[in-house]
Amino acid sequence: MKMFNEEIQDQLREIFGDLKGDVTIALFTKEGECATCEETLSYMQEVEELSDKIHLERYDLDKDTELAEKYGVEMVPSIVLLDSNKNYRGIKFNGIPAGHEINSFIPALLEVSGNESELPKELEERIMKIDKPINIKVFITLSCPHCPGAVQKAHKMALMNPMIQAEMIEAETFGELSMKHNVSGVPKIVINDQYDLLGNQPIQEFLNTMEKVS
Amino acid sequence: MSFSFQIDLKKGTVSKDTEKLNPDILYDLLVIGGGPAGLNAALYAKRKGLEVGIITKRKGGLLLDTSVVDNYLGIKEMSGESIADEFLRHVEALEVPIKDDSEVVGYTKDGEEHLLTLYSGEMFKAKTILIATGSNPRHLGVTGEDLYAGKGVAYCAICDAPLFKNKEVLIAGGGNSAVEAALDLAKVATSVTLVHRSQLRADAILTEKLKEDPKIKVHLETQIEEIFGEAAMKGIRVLHKETGEKEELYADGLFIEIGHLPNTGIFKSLLELNDRGEILVDEKNRTSLPGVFAAGDVTTVPYKQIVIAASDGAKAALGVNEYLNSHG
Repeated sequence: MKMFNEEIQDQLREIFGDLKGDVTIALFTKEGECATCEETLSYMQEVEELSDKIHLERYDLDKDTELAEKYGVEMVPSIVLLDSNKNYRGIKFNGIPAGHEINSFIPALLEVSGNESELPKELEERIMKIDKPINIKVFITLSCPHCPGAVQKAHKMALMNPMIQAEMIEAETFGELSMKHNVSGVPKIVINDQYDLLGNQPIQEFLNTMEKVS
Repeated sequence: MSFSFQIDLKKGTVSKDTEKLNPDILYDLLVIGGGPAGLNAALYAKRKGLEVGIITKRKGGLLLDTSVVDNYLGIKEMSGESIADEFLRHVEALEVPIKDDSEVVGYTKDGEEHLLTLYSGEMFKAKTILIATGSNPRHLGVTGEDLYAGKGVAYCAICDAPLFKNKEVLIAGGGNSAVEAALDLAKVATSVTLVHRSQLRADAILTEKLKEDPKIKVHLETQIEEIFGEAAMKGIRVLHKETGEKEELYADGLFIEIGHLPNTGIFKSLLELNDRGEILVDEKNRTSLPGVFAAGDVTTVPYKQIVIAASDGAKAALGVNEYLNSHG
């Protein structure tokens, strides 16, 4: 069954008209034991069909181990976005970015294509100054209206500074990891597996926490 | 798991310059808040020909956290979010610039100009401002609440319900939001227990559904005294007020739905408030400062309802228009 009806397809085609360069969706799945891999694949196939600039490549976590390691993929399904030079820009979606989360997935495609939105200068400077490796996990549910905002901010910072990697984690699919991080409210932002932020925080709060990491 | 799509297509697009809030323009009206009050105020102001813009933490406001709305005239059983989308589309069609994801942290007055500073450092100016910042979930104020926030203690049922699949949950509160949260959670949780310190004050149409649901238990006249746990919350200690008995209720989660507190932010110390911390307004939504108006849940207007907030926003915009006409 198609996820997008014709009306939405038309609207998405129009949005994807703003794609600057090519974007590659590197989708990692695996055989067996992956409840949402099939849905995620067909969803990504539908997205690919909506623009010539979007390319889908499919990998297997157990077989394409070198690539998985390069992009830091440890679970499936996982979506890694690559820019027009096929560079990994620190942006990942673990689990299907459906429901509300399409509102972070579509903008991520645009941003990785080179269509970046601006931030106030002061914030930009603080983001660029981060010089330690940072991993941002944003735990979400698909029914959470303010989760995409948190995911978008994390991804935006990753795109700006190569020291920062940001990943969405769909809490239901990755229940064990969510338990490990005591996720019972979303969005929950975990920085370097060490610092927690609850709720859709402003970029300043992300920065305050990231600047503590040493 | 829900795979349905709720696309806010606006978010994906690059906004045109006319849709951006401009720091160089002296606006007739800047509305702070993007819920029903703020959006309706912007609609009315724009139609009066005013140069108007909106600064908001999140487009749609509390509507986004509301699962189903069935008490707005002309709208039957629509999700809070769909209504927010309709409201936004209406306002955006009129090319009102909306600055999203932004909090006002500073207010000063320079002659007749009201200056607003955002958390990002950006500044905007206007001849009048309207505070429509709504409210935040009220906390119980008991031991353990802050400690277990996000570790069992939750304030957004539609966001966090999927995390309590096959678990046992408690709900605190007796109003419409509490009963709706109980009904929503009963769809995924193994059991739901609603605890309220007095009698239910939710609409009869909802309390009947509550009674019919075999998964839901209700404890009335029951005061929550403490939330306890280890790494995550394990349960609550309650006092049954009629018998004086104390009891421990074990559960994986507690959704607190006991109403809201006005989100007055920086205006708390600048404006006159009532004893509940709500901004005092007159019948035309004027506050104690000239040129500063307030509308919706953040004000003394009684009964926090979508339809009431929306109508209050309209009234405030008309008040602003009248003020501008008489002040040139």
